[in-house]
Amino acid sequence: MQLVLEKRAEQSTAAALVSPLVAIAATLATMSLLLALLGKNPAAALIVYFVDPLTDGYSLQEIAVKATPLVMIAVGLALCYLANAWNIGAEGQFLIGAVAGSWIAVKTQGTDAGHWVLPAMLASAAIAGALYALIPAIGKVRFGASEILTSLMLVYVAELFLDYLVRGPWRDPAGFNFPTTAEFDPVATVPVLVEGGRLHLGAILALLAVAAAAVLLGRTLKGFEIRVVGAAPRAARFAGFDPDRAILVTFAVSGALAGLAGIIEVAGPIGHLQPGISPGYGFTAIIVAFLGRLNPVGILIAGLFLALTFIGGEQAQIAMKIPLDVTKVFQGILLFYVLACDSLILYRFRFISKSPGVLRGTG
Amino acid sequence: MELVEAIILSVLAASTPLLIAATGELVTERSGVLNLGVEGMMIMGAACGLGGTWLTGSIIVGALCGMIAGMLLSLIFATMTLGLAVNQVATGLALTIFGIGLSGLIGAGFVGERIATAPHLHLPSPTDVPFGGRILFGQDGFVYLSLALIVAVRWFLYRTRAGLVLRACGDNHVSAHALGYPVLRIRLLATMFGGACAGLAGAYLPLAYTPFFIPGMTAGRGWIALALVVFASWLPGRLVIGAYLFGAVSILQLHAQGAGIGIPSQFMSALPYLATVIVLVALSRARSGGSTTPASLGTVFVPDR
Amino acid sequence: MSETTPGGSPPDAKPLLQTIGLTKRYGTFLANDGIDTEIWPRQIHALLGENGAGKSTLVKLIYGLLQPSAGEMRWEGHVMVLAGPAQARARGIGMVFQHFSLFDNLTVAENVALGLDGKESFKDISARLREVSRLYGLPLDPKREVWQLSVGERQRIEIVRALMQNPRFLILDEPTSVLTPQEADQLFAVLERLKAEGRAILYISHKLDEVKRLCDTATILRTGRKVATCSPKAETAGSLARMMVGTEIKEIRAATRAARMPRLVVNHLDLVPDDPHGVRLDDVSLELKGGEILGMAGVAGNGQDELFAALSGERLVEQSNAIVIEGIAAGALSITARRRLGAAFVPEERLGHGTAPRMKLSDNTLLTGHAAPGMVRHGFVDTQRVLAAVDRITESFDVRKARRDPEAASLSGGNLQKFVVGREILQNPGVLVVSQPTWGVDAGAATVIRQALLDLAAGGTAVLVISQDLDELIEITDRIAVMFHGRLSASLKTADATREQLGLLMGGSHPGQEDTAHAARA
Repeated sequence: MQLVLEKRAEQSTAAALVSPLVAIAATLATMSLLLALLGKNPAAALIVYFVDPLTDGYSLQEIAVKATPLVMIAVGLALCYLANAWNIGAEGQFLIGAVAGSWIAVKTQGTDAGHWVLPAMLASAAIAGALYALIPAIGKVRFGASEILTSLMLVYVAELFLDYLVRGPWRDPAGFNFPTTAEFDPVATVPVLVEGGRLHLGAILALLAVAAAAVLLGRTLKGFEIRVVGAAPRAARFAGFDPDRAILVTFAVSGALAGLAGIIEVAGPIGHLQPGISPGYGFTAIIVAFLGRLNPVGILIAGLFLALTFIGGEQAQIAMKIPLDVTKVFQGILLFYVLACDSLILYRFRFISKSPGVLRGTG
Repeated sequence: MELVEAIILSVLAASTPLLIAATGELVTERSGVLNLGVEGMMIMGAACGLGGTWLTGSIIVGALCGMIAGMLLSLIFATMTLGLAVNQVATGLALTIFGIGLSGLIGAGFVGERIATAPHLHLPSPTDVPFGGRILFGQDGFVYLSLALIVAVRWFLYRTRAGLVLRACGDNHVSAHALGYPVLRIRLLATMFGGACAGLAGAYLPLAYTPFFIPGMTAGRGWIALALVVFASWLPGRLVIGAYLFGAVSILQLHAQGAGIGIPSQFMSALPYLATVIVLVALSRARSGGSTTPASLGTVFVPDR
Repeated sequence: MSETTPGGSPPDAKPLLQTIGLTKRYGTFLANDGIDTEIWPRQIHALLGENGAGKSTLVKLIYGLLQPSAGEMRWEGHVMVLAGPAQARARGIGMVFQHFSLFDNLTVAENVALGLDGKESFKDISARLREVSRLYGLPLDPKREVWQLSVGERQRIEIVRALMQNPRFLILDEPTSVLTPQEADQLFAVLERLKAEGRAILYISHKLDEVKRLCDTATILRTGRKVATCSPKAETAGSLARMMVGTEIKEIRAATRAARMPRLVVNHLDLVPDDPHGVRLDDVSLELKGGEILGMAGVAGNGQDELFAALSGERLVEQSNAIVIEGIAAGALSITARRRLGAAFVPEERLGHGTAPRMKLSDNTLLTGHAAPGMVRHGFVDTQRVLAAVDRITESFDVRKARRDPEAASLSGGNLQKFVVGREILQNPGVLVVSQPTWGVDAGAATVIRQALLDLAAGGTAVLVISQDLDELIEITDRIAVMFHGRLSASLKTADATREQLGLLMGGSHPGQEDTAHAARA
């Protein structure tokens, strides 16, 4: 017996809807096996991971807070991936956005600067993120350099740059030599939505990004342009669309969204700039984008789901001493299954017998 | 003089994992497969390599464990991209994310455990020749192995029929299939070779470079190895030059930091990454004409039955 | 085994190859349905059929590239099961592919070595390559890389590679589709010689004249079934065509047209290609009036693709007045701007160039339709209007499809081509540039498309048809010019042009009318 792929005449709509669910189910099965191998009770662990966080208000808010950067970044990445532009350096753009926004926060610290500070921080973070993303994009369209490698390399550069700033010029003099800036002033802080809660304005911005991207992709010529450039570059050129411009635009937009997510994280839940502000949001967002099938609404759901794994992972570590790395393994396996299930949409799987047929046909 | 010798020695040591991983990836890419999961396979190689040596005390067992770990990961990649025709770029990213997570889980068992690193060759008289003796005759076995590997790969690709078939698969899989070559099987083998090399390169880090495992210790070397393949225009000879140049950049910045030349250390540490970006941009432009880039690199092939 | 041996009984007792009820099934689709044939030594056997009739599937089965779903093959009377092409080659079956199975970045010698299974050393292969290519008059330089070679030279590699296996049975899939008539004649001489040496040849073609001239026997396929075995020399082209198509092909009616103002002018266009493998356009000039159809003949790869890109605006030209559309210098205008001037374009490649294969017909209508007003307002797409346009194209051009708005790739070749041509024609273009309008399309769809082009010209549109199919050009054009090595000959009146003249121009020589041929160049 041998597995054979047959190209479907058309992409299967049913498979497109079912495939993320199949992927999640397969991931849960694999995870149960892994947890059992680690000597944990799979059922109990999965409940801690995926059910417990949904049962109390604090955790629900935390899920939304974690989902905010994931969704924002993933929406931008989806635009890139639809245009067949492989931005995998969102983590770096996130950090640079955080740095650029923090610069204003640090410089206005202790002054009586007004309410313009936060909008200025958000704007500068978006611009910085976009510019940083344009480096690999320009390298790609002008010089043909692989955007995959350059965008990734710039993640390390951004990490080191942030590290330098918080250990050097921006270090809080009253911070006991910890590598961190001082706490941002109230005018430089993203406001929470409900007094005393954790959910902040960033969640609204993430929803706006989802809505804007949905309209862009579903209703406008620009969105059509992005999709055609990715699906059939030669046909796109024939349509009068410039694939290079699409790469630049999608990179800039995704960089801006990642930068924005960066400053929102710093000026929101964290409150100051320090190393390690991201537990790998930029990379997890890649999974979110694919799990959401590069569809903005799908990404919103996928972002919430992956945020759940972060929160569940933390609770599982506390409650059951399950290492945090299990969460990363979970995310990696999930991406594998999501991609494998995507194959279902394009191909029909068939098992055939390997021996060549020597049956007599009817004359 | 001794400082120069020490620098050269450390450059060779820093270059070796890059060279091994890039050699494997070069073979993979020559067959038409773009496996971006080198970083993930390397870090798994590092974790399993250290685990193997820590448990058995044998460097060779550790190296084998690393190779097997890398190969198993590449098998996942091959199943996805060759068996299920999934996009190679996305799968490579998944492999990296998965490898980093799993290595953390496996490595958690022996974080902080030190092992004795691979012994260096010592031939009483030649090694003790004042300058050059240690460079030529005083390396650990991996350094010699890496050079033998690149020579062997070069010979294989250009002097054997199997190598010709492998290059043909990378150039045009439709033609190779039409002539009856098992494109997917050849790509599977090339991908597994790449995985084994990446695993070995990863294992080199704890076994010969720094004698312990820390999560994320590959620090982007897998990605740099990928860049090196581009830098080398998919030619084995140039890979050696590229790997040693990059090794030199990363060592010289360390020495510059040590010498305290007043530039913040983070800027110096960023040099290898920046150098990669600059080299990729500069070289991609220079290339034209009959290219050595495998023409079907990264494209899905589903044979018609 | 109901068929008798046609074309005079050869002396050999058994056929070299026999297929009995050979069937290849894909899901419910029968690509080959119970095919019985016999191939005899010392014969050139034609395999005739329209596109999609199952010719390629049959030869892939014989060459071991595909496995039959039912039926069997016999080689010299014994049952033959092939696990792959290597086993076919081992028996003495050689194959020359239509879409060459070559490797662009490898040398000629390496390409040949890949097609041989023996343990021969590389040096011996090179030596034997030289010998075989000298023996059959097919010159090749073993050290050159394939991307540097012309289409004709590439085919030579395929043939020499097959001959070096010393095959007893050679299969050629549409070998003349990329050759000039003169090059084809040279190929026929080689084939006659191979036949005289006692080899069997299976010759796949849809060109009836060639088959009548060259072949001893013909097997005719239609929709996967064998419909006849005959002796082509005893048939007329018309009777062969009827067997291939099954019904009488509708005659195209030409309307009278009056040439009006020039609508498309190309002035001394020089263009260096972006792609290092491309062809440089050298002083190309042409003038095309409304109501006129100009044909552009030429062997593939002589600059037609580059000229199409320059005309469409996918490749911009520095001197803007090198291309003039409707009196406006358009060389530096984008394809969208040129569409707004009333130009429309149909590229050669339907899938991936003319359409995005995995997108819906509505998306593919928007692909070129967004330039005109109506489908897009303030950057937003009016989905209802786009769908209405899909319906119009579908009705006017009889595009058969399963649903209202399926993916482009799900349509058959003929239906998709009707969609692509119809999409442009319904824009009412003043200028239409169309490349290979009926390539790989069934006879019915080809007739619809050619008729549509004639009707369009009758309405006053200037139509430029780039085609490798001389018959097509002779059928529908008013004038024909020939592309060779990036140069365009002066045009000949179609009514006066002979095949020989055109063939010589396609091969780069000028058939005794230097004065007119150079008239366009100053």
